[in-house]
Amino acid sequence: MPLKDRIPMPEQDPKLRITNFDEVALGYTEEQALMEASRCLQCPNPTCIQGCPVNIDIKAFIGLIQEGKFTEGYYKIKEKNNFPAMTGRVCPQETQCEASCVLAKMGKPIAIGRLERFLADHEMYKPQQIETEKKNHIPVACVGTGPASLAAAANLAKKGYEVHLFEALHLPGGVLSYGIPEFRLPKKIVNHEIMLLSDLGVFIHTDVIVGKTYTLQQLRREFKSIFLGTGAGAPLLLGVPGENLNGIFTANEFLIRVNLMKAYRFPEFDTPIKKGKEVVVVGAGNVAMDAARTARRLGANVTIVYRRSRAEMPSRAEEVQHAEEEGIHMKLLTNPVAFHGKDGWVQSVEVVSMQLGSPDERGRRKPIPIEGSNYEIYCDQVIVAIGTTPNPILKYSTPELLLTPHGNIVVDEQYQTNIPGVFAGGDIVTGSATVIEALGAGKKAAIYIDKFIKGA
Amino acid sequence: MYELVDKELVAPDIWKIKVRAPHIAKAYKPGNFVIVLPHERGERIPLTVFDTDEENIHIVFQEVGKSTKLLGKMKVGDQIQDIMGPTGHAFPSQKFGNVVLIAGGVGAATAVPLGKHLHACGNNITIILGARSKNLVLFEKELQDISEKLIITTDDGSYGVKGFVTDALKEILSNEVVDLVLAIGPAVMMKAVSDLTRPLKVKTLVSLNSIMVCGTGMCGACRVGYKDGTVLTCIEGPELDGHMVDWNTLLPRLSMYKEEEAISLSLLDNESR
Ligand SMILES: Cc1cc2nc3c(=O)[nH]c(=O)nc-3n(C[C@H](O)[C@H](O)[C@H](O)COP(=O)(O)OP(=O)(O)OC[C@H]3O[C@@H](n4cnc5c(N)ncnc54)[C@H](O)[C@@H]3O)c2cc1C
Ligand SMILES: Cc1cc2nc3c(=O)[nH]c(=O)nc-3n(C[C@H](O)[C@H](O)[C@H](O)COP(=O)(O)OP(=O)(O)OC[C@H]3O[C@@H](n4cnc5c(N)ncnc54)[C@H](O)[C@@H]3O)c2cc1C
Ligand code: SF4
Ligand code: SF4
Ligand code: FES
Ligand SMILES: [Mg+2]
Repeated sequence: MPLKDRIPMPEQDPKLRITNFDEVALGYTEEQALMEASRCLQCPNPTCIQGCPVNIDIKAFIGLIQEGKFTEGYYKIKEKNNFPAMTGRVCPQETQCEASCVLAKMGKPIAIGRLERFLADHEMYKPQQIETEKKNHIPVACVGTGPASLAAAANLAKKGYEVHLFEALHLPGGVLSYGIPEFRLPKKIVNHEIMLLSDLGVFIHTDVIVGKTYTLQQLRREFKSIFLGTGAGAPLLLGVPGENLNGIFTANEFLIRVNLMKAYRFPEFDTPIKKGKEVVVVGAGNVAMDAARTARRLGANVTIVYRRSRAEMPSRAEEVQHAEEEGIHMKLLTNPVAFHGKDGWVQSVEVVSMQLGSPDERGRRKPIPIEGSNYEIYCDQVIVAIGTTPNPILKYSTPELLLTPHGNIVVDEQYQTNIPGVFAGGDIVTGSATVIEALGAGKKAAIYIDKFIKGA
Repeated sequence: MYELVDKELVAPDIWKIKVRAPHIAKAYKPGNFVIVLPHERGERIPLTVFDTDEENIHIVFQEVGKSTKLLGKMKVGDQIQDIMGPTGHAFPSQKFGNVVLIAGGVGAATAVPLGKHLHACGNNITIILGARSKNLVLFEKELQDISEKLIITTDDGSYGVKGFVTDALKEILSNEVVDLVLAIGPAVMMKAVSDLTRPLKVKTLVSLNSIMVCGTGMCGACRVGYKDGTVLTCIEGPELDGHMVDWNTLLPRLSMYKEEEAISLSLLDNESR
């Protein structure tokens, strides 16, 4: 029997979607989910499971979809992952679970992420059945409210702990709230999955900067153990002349204004954003794609400038495809060397063409500037999306916390830092990674936090 | 939600409010500020903590645009949506020696807590307090109490000496040994002060008023050219070395959203009419 094709994801038409911030991928209907699930071979030795960083029993939940048992399928996922509506949407499935599906060899892996999302969307607004251990009234703190802390909190709460989350911003969710745009991950869904956490008895304290409002030392007196999930939120800059001109944004500022502060609805919301006409986005990761697609929706003609070639683009393939469908241009093998402006405002990016040299130690070919190839790209806005590093606030107030030279927190194999009882996970430990890896770290740290407290 | 527990008009369009936030009051150190989100659909704006008591933080602000006007309209008992903090570096607890503290306009709201702190650290303080005219001279009494000498300048000569703070500073610098100049006020004033002290190599700190969003070092909105690179004012400042600041990048950045700010303001005026 010939292998059937993957059921495509229904999507908003590109021409329409660049005029709104509504979700692009619309989700499977029951019928589509049943059809996609029917392609799964229910392998006796399912390789897909190892591809998922939290080892969801993929075979089992897809089997349950095949039987029409959606509720059971949903709880099968929830055994391992508390936030399937989010991961089903944003996981880089093509390099994780789906890459490990036996059908990937034929180029037609089961659409595991889409099925996961289907179950979550189908079930998450129903009353939840979650078994939790009896409350033990032992207080534990999680710092930050990104996926790492959310997962740590959920798993500790299920074990009966009294969990308090502390977030510097006024809304919880970390990158899920302030970074990933509405059209990829609607905030309604983020808020709902976080609310389900409150239902587990987790307390969320916003407006609290740990290291400023409370020091880590103070928290250590009040809480039996602490998990640090503070992310890698500080923006990197290119360090080239003219970078502080008006109209040049870091991707973080641009996305925080638009997503967290809802500047796309200015003046109904008070935070302003500049709407560019010709926008250059520097970088080619997920963040760059999000910034480019956001600028497009604000009405701009957008060009992505990236110093390597298409093969090296760190973004998910799906995001690059979405960006191109939306009319975003790509200038590859091109690197900014300066910004020029007038009256304080950016007017052009001076770039140099690049060529790829021999591979570096990680196998990536190093881009080398082609001498004398400089030219200018005219623009009225630039968004720099070349990565982030750990925020130094905690470091300033907690000099005893052991960090790598890059500012990441050093942990042992049990996620414990050099300070006893203080654990850490997610981007603050690994550097920028993925939502599911952060969720996985938080979840595993919760196991060791439980052990630490019970052993003490 | 943070309750407004007291409100007082200290000068035309300038309010002093007390807001219940015991945890911030407890953590506060001079030099810190808070990020205030006035209402659910609001923007995050930085305001200096003027003073604290057991339960409350005190803030002095001038109504200049939509957010500050909305705060100005709030009544005792009303709730402010969010206040995050304290944030920003605490001012060093150091004896510099002879300090000239310059406060321009509503900068006096930041000068009072820093002046008190410098005084408590045993510094000898001369204050230059500048305003456009007499009714905008702020906190004369409070600043008098902590200074050896207080010079008031007004642009129109309606009070004190007619002229700018830099005129008074020039005179002091030519007659006295000054170990530190601390300037707080409009950016153009702080730039003028820095330009004056640079050739004389007098250590000069300024309290930068960069446009901010996060206040925690993650957005980069508040960045400013500094030395050979760039710093984030919210976590490395707000007090920074005036001789290191690249004023040419700071000044235009402050008016980046002028058009949008005017739209917000006119909509607000229409609403209240
Ligand atoms: C624009 C963008 C798009 C992305 N797209 C994807 C995607 O499609 N798929 C994917 O898998 N990954 C994506 N990522 C990466 C992913 O979001 C991160 O790897 C993940 O969010 C890391 O989670 P975390 O919990 O470690 O930290 P974060 O999500 O960064 O959360 C950290 C939180 O801690 C708070 N905090 C920091 N310091 C303090 C303090 N001192 N006190 C209190 N609170 C503090 C911060 O305000 C923040 O809310 C994207 C990232 C960005 C920026
Ligand atoms: C560290 C710091 C401490 C401050 N302390 C005080 C204080 O104690 N009292 C006081 O009256 N003012 C203070 N300010 C200035 C205050 O933040 C602005 O006046 C306020 O944000 C104006 O908002 P608005 O919506 O009312 O006016 P708008 O019409 O929106 O803006 C008027 C001007 O204020 C500045 N501004 C606008 N938005 C911001 C923002 N998000 N962040 C910073 N500046 C902005 C811009 O230069 C703008 O042109 C401080 C600023 C900083 C950076
Ligand atoms: S959590 Fe992510 S990696 Fe794991 S199965 Fe779901 S989509 Fe795949
Ligand atoms: S490897 Fe693929 S086909 Fe096999 S069980 Fe997993 S998802 Fe189904
Ligand atoms: S205000 Fe966001 S980095 Fe300073
Ligand atoms: Mg404003």
